[in-house]
Amino acid sequence: MTAPVPVSLIVNGTEVSRLVAPRTTLADFLRFDLELTGTHTGCEMGACGACLVMMDGEAVHACLVFAVQAVGSRIETVEGLAERGAIADLQAAFHVRNALQCGFCTPGMLVTAHALLERVDEVPSREEIRDALSGNYCRCTGYEAIVDAVTAAAQTRCCGGARPADALQDEGVQP
Amino acid sequence: MPRPNAKRLLAGRGRYVTDITLPRMLHAAFVRCPFAHARIFSVNADAARAAPGVRLVATGADLARICTPWVGTLDHFKGMKSPPQLPLPVDIAVWAGQAVVAVVADTRALAEDAAELVEIEFEELPAVTDLDMAQEPGGAKVSAVLPDNMCFRAGLDNGNVDELFASAAHVVEGDFTFGRHTGVTLEPRAIIADYDPSEERLTVHHATQTPYQFQDLYSRHYGIPESRVRVVAPDVGGSFGIKLHVYHEDMAVVGLSILLGRPVKFAADRTEAFVSDIHARDHRVKARAAVGADGTLLAFQVEDETAIGAFSTYPRTSAVEGNQVIRLIGAPYRLKGYQADLKVLFQNKVQTSQYRAVGHPIACAVTERLVDLAAEKTGLDPFAIRARNLIPDDAYPCTSATGYQFERLSHEACLSKLKALMDYDRLRADQAEARARGVHRGIGIAAFVEITNPSPAFYGVGGARISAQDGAILKITPSGEVRCLISVTEQGQGTEAIIGQIVADHLGVPQTAIRVITGDTEVTPHGGATWACRGAGIGGETALQAAKKLKGQVLALAGTILQANGEDLDLRDGEVVDRANGQPRISLAEVARIAYFRSDTLPKGTDAQLTAAHHFAPQGYPFAFTNGIHGSHVEVDVETGLVKILKHFVVEDCGRIINPLLVEEQVRGGVVQGLGAAFFEECRYDEAGQLTNGSLADYLVPMSCEMPDILIDHVETPTADTELGAKGCGEAGTAAASAAALNAVNDALSPFGAAISQIPMTPARLLKALGTI
Ligand code: FES
Ligand code: FES
Repeated sequence: MTAPVPVSLIVNGTEVSRLVAPRTTLADFLRFDLELTGTHTGCEMGACGACLVMMDGEAVHACLVFAVQAVGSRIETVEGLAERGAIADLQAAFHVRNALQCGFCTPGMLVTAHALLERVDEVPSREEIRDALSGNYCRCTGYEAIVDAVTAAAQTRCCGGARPADALQDEGVQP
Repeated sequence: MPRPNAKRLLAGRGRYVTDITLPRMLHAAFVRCPFAHARIFSVNADAARAAPGVRLVATGADLARICTPWVGTLDHFKGMKSPPQLPLPVDIAVWAGQAVVAVVADTRALAEDAAELVEIEFEELPAVTDLDMAQEPGGAKVSAVLPDNMCFRAGLDNGNVDELFASAAHVVEGDFTFGRHTGVTLEPRAIIADYDPSEERLTVHHATQTPYQFQDLYSRHYGIPESRVRVVAPDVGGSFGIKLHVYHEDMAVVGLSILLGRPVKFAADRTEAFVSDIHARDHRVKARAAVGADGTLLAFQVEDETAIGAFSTYPRTSAVEGNQVIRLIGAPYRLKGYQADLKVLFQNKVQTSQYRAVGHPIACAVTERLVDLAAEKTGLDPFAIRARNLIPDDAYPCTSATGYQFERLSHEACLSKLKALMDYDRLRADQAEARARGVHRGIGIAAFVEITNPSPAFYGVGGARISAQDGAILKITPSGEVRCLISVTEQGQGTEAIIGQIVADHLGVPQTAIRVITGDTEVTPHGGATWACRGAGIGGETALQAAKKLKGQVLALAGTILQANGEDLDLRDGEVVDRANGQPRISLAEVARIAYFRSDTLPKGTDAQLTAAHHFAPQGYPFAFTNGIHGSHVEVDVETGLVKILKHFVVEDCGRIINPLLVEEQVRGGVVQGLGAAFFEECRYDEAGQLTNGSLADYLVPMSCEMPDILIDHVETPTADTELGAKGCGEAGTAAASAAALNAVNDALSPFGAAISQIPMTPARLLKALGTI
């Protein structure tokens, strides 16, 4: 029952295989076995959203999924999303708006925001954004800057405008 | 100006202590006491020692052999007492959740498995679980070594209060209750202690605000020379005062590493955080105000009782909060008389201590509620009564009724700005219109004074080795860039960004060429680091003065190279230029190249220094007080007791603003913590002293959908004590948010003749106030 079991899955586009204890959560697997420490854990019970990752295109709490349950799935962590440029607009908007302080909640916020923007095709209202972020706990910011940043990214993503990266460069910010 | 270090965090490349793994690192788990008060009869750890992967099981006695005890008192708090503390208790545990036995194993999971095998025989002792029990004559005691449960008692009296009350046209009063809440940093406390016996060196990676303080403490309590103790604070996932106290587990982990000669990591899980992080507030305040017929505030009289748990925290003590409560009550107002009595009491719960805006929210809520009651009594509008009583903007310098010296505050300016920001008359019209529809909105305001830039008068005088000064070392690198090593630390508030900005401005180099390094006692100069809003005010001034010194060095050297007078030169944007006309003369990089690699081309005796150090401690006023005022707009559902926070407004004056983006988000974050206290956050205990809501599913924290948009405006009154003129702003949001919310809710309840004076204002408490339940 505690003997390690083999798991293979695709993480950030690369197939990985490891032996893990059955009780290992996906969050711990990512953090400790794969050293992808961008995925954070703040509660380990699905309440804070710090551990959100994309699993087969959906945002899931990595603390509530066991690594063995993720066998065969495609996982994308904040590192993967960042590296392939999928959240460049969100990152830039967060940066310009200072929508983070300690940054511990930030990967989860980005994953939620990314999942939201993937699913809507018009700019969500502030209430809708606040609602979408309702599972993401942030102790440092007032949430407002995060809502502003997601709105800004949504405006360019959904309205087919320039990627905010360009807009932001006009303001002298290197995204 | 966005923060340079934010991109790293946005890419998932933050490096928090929880992320760090060292070679041969072991993991600690703790067996905790299930009772609020219990004698430890015996510990049987044989099975745990034999469990897979276990390297050490240590008891209180094991650690007591290598660690000296600590006592959480300060000398200037006369008569203060607290029992001695050790990493783990030797014979008696004093709160439910106190760590009793440590297990170290190859992984955290194995350590936890083995911890379950430890058998501890406890004898349950009578527990003191509330303020009344703590004061019962002949009742149970928290500590056998103390005569009673009184940690500290203090009073303030300026002599004429009785007269003023006797002559007052009105007296208004309230009994206030403030629940315990806690910091809930998203990254729980985390530490890795790494003792290397070959060099007798200790390196501690610690999620802390104050690495220097811990360097001193680990050195003294474990008898390791300070020069061999290094504390590194990497990225820290939220702190708010939670991460500057000595925790038993942290001290234990250092001891465990010494015993094992290997790195040992402990990261609290959320449940452990709830039972062992410091809690805060927990006050019961009885207060009254004497008021003249025209609404003039004459005098305040206050009794504050605060329950601090089983020990006073070390090294800052648990008496500071109560002390600040009685000194900050009434602080924004002209009062003729003031009298206060403070009792700080032990009980069998986890310690309470300094958390963001120490004492301020309590003092502010009590004061501002009394002011509103006085307004009600005298038929004045909340703005009008404050306009009548706030210390006028032209009355400075002055001293408050409780003895605080104010250099210059701006209450009147803030008050009128807030009125405009809130569009107050429109809100009142909206309120009347909504009331007619059976919708109950409330408007509340609350003025505050915030303590920032503390001088040595804060801890140093009480004997604590907590620095009031900060240090900066600035050096030009061979390629003409700038390294800034500074003792103020970064937990996301933007320290590195503002320090970089200040250096860029005053040295004359682009901010992109400056690297700011914080949080490593081996690298950065000694200093107070981050607490009590001193980062910008003290750290910033330190950086400014260091930058000016370095600029002097650069210009002198450039003068030698150019055979010009250093006085006629200036450094702008990384170029040495003619001061008069801005004509470029030589780049900083070229000056550095010559200084480092071709000093042979310089005249004999040239002083080619390109490194400047500066240390600075406030010498003027003991504190640089800031001030401001909050407004709250809420809607109370009188059927369900649920409150919707419609909007929150803040006007604050933190002196010179260095980076408005950072100031505003600091203020907003603070407001959210204050609103959390006002409506959601409470550590609830049962009668046996068990914390009943120690998880993020049960302990409510403010989330994005409950939080309103927060409008902010500023007044700038720079302090003349420093050249920079900056004061702190990190606690301004928390200081008055719950007070404004309390007034707003009471305003909404007023048509029902109902009132509430307890926070958090939960739906059940509101329904009770309304008489529905
Ligand atoms: S750690 Fe997964 S939701 Fe908090
Ligand atoms: S930025 Fe610290 S928790 Fe969100």
